Order: sequence, then structure tokens, then C-alpha cells
Amino acid sequence: MTAIDVRNLSIDLGYSSAKKRILGDVCFSVEAGESFGLVGESGSGKSTILRCIARLLNLWEGDIQLEGRSVNDMPFVEYCRAVQMVFQDPYGSLHPRQSIRTALQEPLRIHRMDRQVERMERALIDVGLDPAFLSRFPHELSGGQRQRVAIARALILEPRILLLDEPTSALDVSVQAEVLNLLADLRAKRNLTYLFVSHDLAVIDHMCERLAVMQHGRVVEVMSRDVLATGQAKDPYARELIQASLEYDHAV
Amino acid sequence: MAAQSLDMQDVAMNGTRSNPNSAFRRLLAVIRELLGNPSSGFGLVVITILVLTAIVAPLIAPYDPNVINLGNTLKPPSAEHWFGTDELGRDIMSRIIYGTRISLTIITIVSVIVGPIGLLVGTTAGYFGGWYDTIMMRITDIFLSFPSLILSLAFVAALGAGLENAIIAIGLTTWPPIARLARAETLTFRGADYISASRMQGASALRIIIKSIMPMCLPSVLVRITLSMATVILTAAGLGFLGLGAQPPLPEWGAMIATGRRYMLDNWWLVAFPGGAILLVSLAFNLLGDGLRDALDPKQR
Repeated sequence: MTAIDVRNLSIDLGYSSAKKRILGDVCFSVEAGESFGLVGESGSGKSTILRCIARLLNLWEGDIQLEGRSVNDMPFVEYCRAVQMVFQDPYGSLHPRQSIRTALQEPLRIHRMDRQVERMERALIDVGLDPAFLSRFPHELSGGQRQRVAIARALILEPRILLLDEPTSALDVSVQAEVLNLLADLRAKRNLTYLFVSHDLAVIDHMCERLAVMQHGRVVEVMSRDVLATGQAKDPYARELIQASLEYDHAV
Repeated sequence: MAAQSLDMQDVAMNGTRSNPNSAFRRLLAVIRELLGNPSSGFGLVVITILVLTAIVAPLIAPYDPNVINLGNTLKPPSAEHWFGTDELGRDIMSRIIYGTRISLTIITIVSVIVGPIGLLVGTTAGYFGGWYDTIMMRITDIFLSFPSLILSLAFVAALGAGLENAIIAIGLTTWPPIARLARAETLTFRGADYISASRMQGASALRIIIKSIMPMCLPSVLVRITLSMATVILTAAGLGFLGLGAQPPLPEWGAMIATGRRYMLDNWWLVAFPGGAILLVSLAFNLLGDGLRDALDPKQR
């Protein structure tokens, strides 16, 4: 089954002569249980696509289907239970004045879920944190711990699709690996579908089976992970990007 | 000191479900910080004295504030009447002591009216944006374009003279700057990831405003209300002075100055003591507001 199907997604900003195309006819689809990467340079529109799927942007044209249904036709409550997002900056994605307990309990209250305390403790244990963290505030946690809380918050509604907007780029390298392994474990355990945005090809290589390379708001090539090792991309830009990344890895 | 108080919070919160205890401790920490600074400490002490005076007014006032003694008019300050007596022989000190109750009533009611209105208008305008924002902010602009005393005068003239109407009029002129402030704060938070996250979890706009945005605006709004209390006291005194606020024989400070004005040249104590009280209290609120801004505003740290 197709979990995410994006067809001809475009965004234009401005009017008539000042009209500027931000995203142009983006098409890709992600199978259920698959992890799909979006890579590209800064400003290429990766995060914008994610925000469209997340319904945080509404000015797009085209069609986004989740599990065979158009996102705009889905009731919002149902949508929230199906899709959640993990943001890039763990310092900005947790409310600075809410305890972890409040952050985790809010979605449970909104969706009137049962066994709330049990679910909150379970959610923290699943991301490798002690349930005692419930009474902490975000400023008392490290970046990696915050990102774990953000992941716990996203998973507490038991979504089937997780949108990940560069979830590790704001973290220290050693913590990055921990969080990536956590995400990989969670996917295996819960059979989640990931849409993973990153500019780090090594991260994508580790996390995703397939990926799309983006440039200037367009998908230039959709390829499987194997291509990353060989560097045999069809599109010249994609080839250049992979080559640059390989050289960088060697240099490091 | 901040780190220490955080540790204390942590200890206090561990294991408990809700955390009223930590809120209390945070309040204590704020009070300690206010007292640590001489100017805000002065403000806090004066306002505490004001509140205590208002509570125990009948116990500490040496005379009844409204008893007329025509054989004892316009007496200068003496051991018997510390602040002298007025044109009807009433003890000025007792009247000032009872006047604290009126000032506190005005301040309390005005902040209870103004805080929620300003917060609600500002946060909703900032969060929703669009035409709603435009309409709300133009209304705010209209209120802001009048000097507050003139606008209060207009309201009191329309509603009729009296303390209650003066309070309503002052309330109507004090909310716009708070709404502006709350809107500006909201605009800086509304694009934040934690608001997006909350929206993705299915939170309604009302829930986001109340649970996520209002707590972020509250400290600066609180500071702004404290700072505008000085203006409120002055406006109330001004209305009293013009005969549109508290009516005689209520011992309102502005009204006391108004009636004392006629005897001012020969009997300075009739206006000096109520005037001094107004000065002291509005100064105290200003200093406290400044101190609160340093203690509460997260951006200052």
C-alpha cells in the first residue's frame, strides 16, 4: 500500500509578473513501512514539502494522498492520529514553560485517550528516557534528551507516518548516532513509515531505502540507496551531490 | 542564585503530579530577587505597606475620617493631628489611611478588567491575523490616539460622575497598550515549532492560545500592568481632582487635593500630604514594575 503519494505538488508565491515558483510539480510516493529520504541543498524545498504534508502550509496546488485518501478530505482528528512530525530544532519544538508531562499529556487529552499516565511513561521508556523525566522542564534537558522527548510526543498518538525534518542536524555527532539508531529501532518495532528530510547523505544512507534528490524546488531524481555507494546517478546534479558527499567523507 | 532555585524546584516537583509547590517557590524566588535590588525592593515594601494599611485601616487610623469637627478646622500638623486637619476639621492622616482602600480598589478592579481584555484581544489578534487582526488593532489605535485622562473624562461625562464609573472609564483607556504588547509577543511565538507541533496534535486555536501563547505573554503583560498602575492612580486622582471621580465625603486622595486647593496658599498640609501619598505610591509601582521586568522577562536573562 502507498503511505504517502505526492502528485504535482506546486507552490507559487506573488502575483502576475512577480510570481515565483517555490515548488514545481513534485511527484514521489512512499510505500507503507518504507523510509524515504529527501535530500538537497539549502533552500531546495525539502522542508516546504514536509510542511505541506504536515498541513502547516495550505497554499499549495496538486494532490497529496495519505494511505489512498487526499489530505484535505481527511478529518483533522483522524489525520493527527495518522501523521506526526519531529522538528529540526529540539530547542524550539518544546514549549519552554510546559513540563514534559504537559507536553505529552496534551495530545492524549485532545484525543481523549485512555490510560494516560501509563501511555506517557511508556512513551518515555520507548525513547530511552526515565519516566521521572515527566516532571522536568525543557531547559533542564540536553539537546539529545529534548529530541527524544519530541519523538516521544510525536509517537504518543501512535501515528503510522512520521515526518522527520532534519531531526539530528541540530545535535552533536555522538548524540546524532544515538537518535538515528533510536529512530531506526522504533521504525522496526512499530512498522512506521518515515519521510526523512536531511542534507546529510550519510544520514540518509543509514536511514532510508530510497531517496529523492531535490534542486531549486524540483525533484531531479528518485533513486534507491544502492546508487549512493556507486555514485551512478542519472541526473548530473545528483551525481555531483553524491560525489561531493563522498569526497567530504574521505576528507574527514 | 537562579540555578539554586531551579534545583529547589526540581526537588519540590519530584513525584508530585501537579506543582503548586513549585509555583509558590518560583514566587518566593521572584520576591527575593525584587528585594535584592534597592529600587524594586523599595517599591515592593511601599506597596506591601499600602496593602497592609488598607486592611487594618480602622485599627491604625487615629480618628474617624468623616467626622466633622468645626471647632478644629485647618489645624497645622501637631502631636494630636500628625498631618493636620482640613477645612471641616477632619483628621488628614486618617483620611489618607482610609484613602488607601479606595486607591487599592481602583487598582485591583482596573487590573482585573484590563489584564484579561488586553491579553485576549492581543493574543487572538496576533494568532489569527488577517482581517480580525486589522479590525482589532484599528480599534486599539482609536483608543490609543486619545490622551487617557481626556478619554476617561469623556467616558465619565457620558456615564455620570462617581467612583464606579471612574473605574470603568480608566479600565477602558488602559487595555489598549496591553493588547498591543500581547499581540507583538504573540507574533514572535506563533511561527515557533512548538506551536506547529501543538497544531499537528489537533489542538484547537483556542487551546493553543490559552495553553501555549498566553503563558508566554503573561510575564510581560504583568510587568506592563504594574507599570500602568502608576498612570491609573494618577488618572484616578486627576478625575477625583476634577470632581468626576470619587465624590465627597469619600477620602480619595485626588478629591482631597481638589477640596484643599482653595486653602492651599495658607494651609499647605491640605494638599502636601495627599499629594505625597500619590507620588509615593505611583513611584513605588513604577519601581516595582521595572524590577518585575528584570525578574520575570525571560529575554532579559
